Amino acid sequence: MSATGIGAAVRRKEDLRFITGRGQYTDDINRPGQAYAYFLRSPHAHAEIKSIDTRDARAADGVLAILTGDDIAADKVGGLICGWMIHSKDGSAMKAGAHPALAQGKVRYVGDHVAVVIAETLAQARDASEKIKVDYKVLPAVVDMNDAVKKGAPVIHEVSGNNTVYNWHLGDKAAADAAFAKAKHVTKLDIVNNRLVPNAMEPRAAVGDYEPGTESFTLYTTSQNPHVARLVLSAFIGIAPEHKLRVIAPDVGGGFGSKIFIYAEETVCVWAAKKVGRPVKWTADRSESFLSDAHGRDHVTHAELALDEGGKITGLRVNTKANLGAYLSTFSSSVPTYLYAPLLSGQYDIPAIYAEVDGIYTNTTPVDAYRGAGRPEATFVVERLVEVAARETGVDPAQFRLKNFVRSFPHQTPVIMAYDTGNYQAALEKALKMADYRGLARRKALSARAGKLRGIGFSAYIEACGIAPSAAVGSLGAGVGLWESAEVRVNPIGTVEVLTGSHSHGQGHETTFAQLVSDRLGIPIDNVSIVHGDTDKVQMGMGTYGSRSGAVGMSAIFKALDKVIAKGKKVAAYCLEASENDIDFKDGKFSVKGTDRNLDFGSVALQAYIAHKFNGQDLEPGLKEGAFWDPTNFTFPAGVHICEVEVDPETGITRIDRWTAVDDFGRVINPMIVEGQVHGGIGQGVGQALLEGVHYNKDGQLVTASFNDYCMPRADDLPSYNVGMTQTPCPSNPLGIKGCGEAGAIAAPPAVINAITDALGHEDVPMPATPLNVWRAAQKAVAKKAAE
Amino acid sequence: MYQFTYHRVDSARKAINLAEKNEDAKFLAGGMTLLPTMKQRLASPSAIIDLNPAADKLAGIEQRGRAIVIGAMTRHYDVANSKIVQDAIPALADLAGMIGDPAVRHRGTIGGSVANNDPAADYPSAVLALNATVFTNKRKIAADDFFKGLFETALEPGELITKIVFPIPSKAAYMKFPNPASRYAMVGVFVARRGKEVRVAVTGAGSNGVFRASKFEAALTAKFHVKSLEGVNASADGLNSDIHADAAYRAHLIGVMCRRAVNKANGK
Ligand SMILES: Cc1cc2nc3c(=O)[nH]c(=O)nc-3n(C[C@H](O)[C@H](O)[C@H](O)COP(=O)(O)OP(=O)(O)OC[C@H]3O[C@@H](n4cnc5c(N)ncnc54)[C@H](O)[C@@H]3O)c2cc1C
Repeated sequence: MSATGIGAAVRRKEDLRFITGRGQYTDDINRPGQAYAYFLRSPHAHAEIKSIDTRDARAADGVLAILTGDDIAADKVGGLICGWMIHSKDGSAMKAGAHPALAQGKVRYVGDHVAVVIAETLAQARDASEKIKVDYKVLPAVVDMNDAVKKGAPVIHEVSGNNTVYNWHLGDKAAADAAFAKAKHVTKLDIVNNRLVPNAMEPRAAVGDYEPGTESFTLYTTSQNPHVARLVLSAFIGIAPEHKLRVIAPDVGGGFGSKIFIYAEETVCVWAAKKVGRPVKWTADRSESFLSDAHGRDHVTHAELALDEGGKITGLRVNTKANLGAYLSTFSSSVPTYLYAPLLSGQYDIPAIYAEVDGIYTNTTPVDAYRGAGRPEATFVVERLVEVAARETGVDPAQFRLKNFVRSFPHQTPVIMAYDTGNYQAALEKALKMADYRGLARRKALSARAGKLRGIGFSAYIEACGIAPSAAVGSLGAGVGLWESAEVRVNPIGTVEVLTGSHSHGQGHETTFAQLVSDRLGIPIDNVSIVHGDTDKVQMGMGTYGSRSGAVGMSAIFKALDKVIAKGKKVAAYCLEASENDIDFKDGKFSVKGTDRNLDFGSVALQAYIAHKFNGQDLEPGLKEGAFWDPTNFTFPAGVHICEVEVDPETGITRIDRWTAVDDFGRVINPMIVEGQVHGGIGQGVGQALLEGVHYNKDGQLVTASFNDYCMPRADDLPSYNVGMTQTPCPSNPLGIKGCGEAGAIAAPPAVINAITDALGHEDVPMPATPLNVWRAAQKAVAKKAAE
Repeated sequence: MYQFTYHRVDSARKAINLAEKNEDAKFLAGGMTLLPTMKQRLASPSAIIDLNPAADKLAGIEQRGRAIVIGAMTRHYDVANSKIVQDAIPALADLAGMIGDPAVRHRGTIGGSVANNDPAADYPSAVLALNATVFTNKRKIAADDFFKGLFETALEPGELITKIVFPIPSKAAYMKFPNPASRYAMVGVFVARRGKEVRVAVTGAGSNGVFRASKFEAALTAKFHVKSLEGVNASADGLNSDIHADAAYRAHLIGVMCRRAVNKANGK
């Protein structure tokens, strides 16, 4: 292994600019003559807009334009789309209501976009917005899913009279029912997966620009997938054809899913730029982020696990209501369906599974993918159920898992997925050692002496990453293919630019992708730069989410590098006067087999461009190759996390004392970056488990609308992590990568809740397990014990 | 933020003169409360009178006899790290060190915090439990007369806090149960004993702001020991309920925090 090759803990190349304040984020971009947009947002969760009077506002200082839904309609700007078609059990298509970029006749959540003011300065735009008079007829709002589906509930979209977008299902109901009919023990659980606000460090932003000379638009925006944004803005929203629309996603400060989607704000900025003849900038403030970034999770689930007399799992039934918010965001329909239920087998050999999912509209912010997207929700269901089943049957939770793990691969689950490889017991056994499971009793006793309750919680998670085989997702309703593209441009002196359709917004691609190139071409890592995030530079790409950049994005680069090496061999053959078949490429040198004649990579690159040693008709000059990689399967990262907590029953405060993580991510490119991803993921998972939770009041006002009430994890909420790994290389991509970006966020919540419930001896602990919730649960536990 | 006129003043006198001329002017101390509310357009003073150039005259910590005198513009960081405070009233230094985060502690001032009287702020509990006196440009106000309710104090418009005088207790401790999100006090209990008098002030919990817990005071006056608090419970009446804590939980926490504070004050 070289110091900068695959497997080396290379320091992140991009960090110098990030930590010295030299990053170029969307808000750092200023175009000549730029104006500012301010969105007037609905203060009501549900209201009819009877009229909008903008006369006074138009006359206010600095105002260039005030645009409303009427202007959107007049210009025939298409609505925002949901790109994944889900069919209900009865075969009917999902019921998606229109989603105009500026409200037309009705607002459906607090924060919905009513009008945009474009002015010389942001302060002027905001001042003018206060002069807009909107006549609302306030309608009853519905925020609770159970209320939303009741007869007589307020109807949010006419197309969906019962506020239900779909009643979807997966699996074999008859087989599952049969398993339950024969079961010796059934464990039942009601679970709420709390709604989260993504809270990327950088708020969303957009700068729209229009060049009348060439009739072309440029949109700078905080996107995880600028090409998908361009595709949607062109093909569906109709801003401009793709060759007249350039989308640039420069440095992006975190996304966690929330920057995958195509939102109203960037749509309006790019459209308005032409209308007002000025570049238009919008940057969300944190309050707007809370209201308008797509939220995550928000499931209510009833789940049941069937066991035979030997404690083997024989069946699983799951019924989930998924809150989709007031509109269908870009990929929202897929998250609680195909990104969720196919993971319900967990790491276990479960012969029969049946899942039903209802997607429901409410008068709340739209909900879409958030770090893990569906898989954390599935893992939470499975790992809570398994833990409770072990406790109810008096079996050690580790042993219970070992007994039920999938042991042979490939393994076809009853819910679509075919697990390619893994070694689940190895991860669990390693984690038990690292966590000093044997010493638990002693530690429990010590805690008890100090008046504290100690508990341990396991989470043996699995996820499907590297999304995804295009034809497969197409058959499930996806509107796009999920391959990735890459182009490797070798410059005449042998430096390399890699253009990738993956997008880095914290993942460290500029380092890991360069490691791959350094490794394969044998050139210094500093001779490699990674270019991404610009539709004029990178031909096409599907972006970054679902831990796909390594498994899919790097595979495309790998394939393009193969082509570069093959072409290099041809050039070298001419230069070294040997047959192409006799040329070897190793450690950056092209050499003739069995001789000491060789040329280094840079020399071959130069020869490729000067084209003196070969006939340009026989071999094309130049050294530049592209590739598309379409995966043949998902990848299946898996692992075991063990959380140990100490609960103060007097105050309800939970302190995480120990955290052990053993993950199998397949081949690891940069262990330091992978460990960082694990740490960050666990931090977010602990956030969900202990601290974060969206709260609406019954009128649909967001109560947790700032960091004063919405609790983000801070460093001192988190323990020091004990991170280990096992490795079973993924067989379906050339590097053997599985992906690591979401693992921590998927694994952590059930580990924490399993630990707290273990500490209390009481299963009903809602997430987030705030001091209030834990104290209440502790009171109930005491009352229950007293009653027994 | 709305537009406003900005004044810098280098003395208390100039600040007061300006305030008399501008009815809805606001003093700016650390700005840790005032500026966020202005940015959110929840406050729109026509003028800001920035006290920071006068900070050298309005800030400082000294011991005078059996009391500690703290200038209004003294930052939380300086109180937390003052040797004088740490020696004389360690509970007060502890409290200052628990406010917000380092950035907030380096900007925020004791005068601003006490004038603002946020129902979840920490300092009001110390002022009340230590029976401090608030000095203004016009008069001195006893702690018991100073706090009037949510964000309400005895201060008149344009009245400037200049310093706060804390009598040194024989024993004192502050126990804070922070709101998990904001980390202001969800329940903060300050206990102090001076001579025979025991005072217990509770912040964060009351729906009318900081208050004295008389049942706890009576029990502890008999004997300043945690055992005196057996069977003493706070009532949930008049306590806040919100998503972080309902009144019953807050009442429970008052008891827990008070017991822990008494133990701490007794060196346990
Ligand atoms: C992120 C964050 C976390 C925080 N956490 C905590 C916490 O845990 N506990 C806590 O107690 N507080 C907390 N605070 C508040 C902080 O302590 C503030 O410093 C304090 O509330 C106000 O002090 P200031 O000096 O910043 O006053 P400013 O914001 O400048 O002023 C506040 C008000 O007091 C008035 N005022 C200021 N000085 C005087 C004076 N000398 N005389 C008369 N009126 C005056 C101003 O006109 C204004 O109305 C936090 C603040 C932030 C931003």
